[in-house]
Amino acid sequence: MTRMFRLALLVALVGVIDLVAIGADPQQPPTPVSQSPTPTPTPQQPTDITTTLTGAGGAPQMAVPAFVPLTRDEATLAAARTISQVLFDDLTFEREFALIPRDTYSSIPAASSLDDVVFDRWRELNIDGLVIGTVQVAEGVLTLEVRLLNVRTRQQAFGRRYTGSPADLRLYAHTVSDELHQQQRALRGVARTKLTFVSDRDGDRLAGTIENRGVKEIYFSDYDGENARRLTVGRTLNITPTWSPDGRSIAYTSYRRGVPNIFISNIYQGTLEELTKDAGNNFLPAWSPDGKRLCFMSTRDGNPELYVVNRDGSNILRLTTHPSIDEAPTWSPSGTQIAFTSDRSGSPQIYIVDADGLGLQKITLESYADRPTWSPPPYNEIAYTARAGRSLDLKVVNMATREVRQLTFGEGDNESPAWAPNGRHLAFVSTRTGRKQIFTVAGDGKNVRQVTRSGNNSYPDWSK
Amino acid sequence: MSKSHTITSRLLLAALTVAAAGCAAKTSPDVQGAPSPGPPLSAGSPISVPAPPAPSAPPAPVGEPVPVPVRDEVIVASSLDDLNRTSPLQPVFFALDSNSLDQTAQTTLDQNAAVLRKHPSWAVMIEGHCDERGTAEYNLPLGERRAVAVRAHLISLGIPASQIQVVSYGKEFPFDPGHDEAAWAKNRRAHFVITAQ
Repeated sequence: MTRMFRLALLVALVGVIDLVAIGADPQQPPTPVSQSPTPTPTPQQPTDITTTLTGAGGAPQMAVPAFVPLTRDEATLAAARTISQVLFDDLTFEREFALIPRDTYSSIPAASSLDDVVFDRWRELNIDGLVIGTVQVAEGVLTLEVRLLNVRTRQQAFGRRYTGSPADLRLYAHTVSDELHQQQRALRGVARTKLTFVSDRDGDRLAGTIENRGVKEIYFSDYDGENARRLTVGRTLNITPTWSPDGRSIAYTSYRRGVPNIFISNIYQGTLEELTKDAGNNFLPAWSPDGKRLCFMSTRDGNPELYVVNRDGSNILRLTTHPSIDEAPTWSPSGTQIAFTSDRSGSPQIYIVDADGLGLQKITLESYADRPTWSPPPYNEIAYTARAGRSLDLKVVNMATREVRQLTFGEGDNESPAWAPNGRHLAFVSTRTGRKQIFTVAGDGKNVRQVTRSGNNSYPDWSK
Repeated sequence: MSKSHTITSRLLLAALTVAAAGCAAKTSPDVQGAPSPGPPLSAGSPISVPAPPAPSAPPAPVGEPVPVPVRDEVIVASSLDDLNRTSPLQPVFFALDSNSLDQTAQTTLDQNAAVLRKHPSWAVMIEGHCDERGTAEYNLPLGERRAVAVRAHLISLGIPASQIQVVSYGKEFPFDPGHDEAAWAKNRRAHFVITAQ
């Protein structure tokens, strides 16, 4: 089913933004590209890849000047400006290329084709790569051409044309960024991935309670916090959202029945499933890597324990049987183990257990540790929240060496980490700017970026 | 006159409660307007931003408040909101990372049990709350533990288990928004809400 689905997804995606490889010969007029939504994926031509950029020692130095609008209408001007700026930000985020500031090359004339590029001027900046692009919006169709040029060899390393609807300009930049990373660095970028999180940004109040409590609803957005959409309209407390592996559903905890239960929202069908409607409080769903099962915490037997259940609610299995608290499950990438928090030693610590409940191992020796999140391959790391002195901070344990590294150092409280699908970044909650906001940080603790700015935001999860 | 008024109020309230329960039992989809079918990450199929939910209707007036108690020390209120506003059941407070009931907490619960014995028809929800220093996730079961400890103590004092439900809000709804010891102490609590009279 997953494979079928991925195929459908690919076809549909290509239908929205058609892309073709464009050759190094700019004289050749672009072949007319069928307009969306005709799903005719054009296979990438082998001739497309002519060069891989390398930097002298470090990351290749790159310039991404503003793209050239081919007409002077407002739609085209806005598209050119937005796409090149978002691409600049996307490339900066992954840190595979060193993007030099735009003001250092603002005097170099813009190029709309290979022939226009003033290579001598770019060479003076001692850069390795130059990204140029042209944009046109005509009759509701956006056409974008992007080329990566090797400034030393004057060869084209990447050249593609994209056409489609101008509705989501940022998606063009995200697509180019992901494809550049894939082609140049064999890296899965995250520019087209999504976040889900909890927010009170709309300021609604709970209906029908005695206290004046704020509604918390589930939202999802692009990885950079843009295009945020509200998923729930329950006017209640909704927390701990988590993406299904196929990115089409979000499981979360909702108090819409008065006590917390787990719901699955199929976001593109607009349907809602109730995973739990039994006794007890039910929290913190975690999808198995194949999307067929969920692990969650429940007090249905009188104590906070972990359970595994099929996605349709059938075949519930109790995973833990200890009178302490067991909570916050996360699956290993293979689906054979589950990491979780337990206070069975006296304080909350991270443990792992086989998916059949055997093979328990204690992982952390912190004063207080919670919310493990297991990285995707090829990394084998568990990030978690630890109490470090007076603050909560993020730490990562390498499961092969059991080495622990700390990512944040008391800039407010930092908690609830969630890995990006390429294992190179984490989303988390921090109070460093005052209210609770979502931030992202690279796996080495660098490159901290603020993602949300409105209201209080918490419980991030990154699409797979 | 005043007594018949009370009965009318109660009947109305009961009807409203049944109606509310009927609504709550339905599963309503939480996505406003099914978006056009399409892949999650595509540009051409944006998900329509849900329209802001219609403001809920203010609670219907259920007769005039009845100032005269029907019987000595029995609390009568025209609505649950009014009843809870008078806080007939006092909250219980906890130490950091703890669900133990100290002497003060036990004294409070003795008083709450006495009130509950006089009102066997009340249904009570005990909310467990935590301060902001713990992690969001661990505070969910910790708050539940606090509520369960209070419930167990009330049951040991003879209150029927069927009268008391528990829910944990973790650190989601602090009573005091401050970031100091005084605020934290107020936020580590079991809070009582009467859900039916």
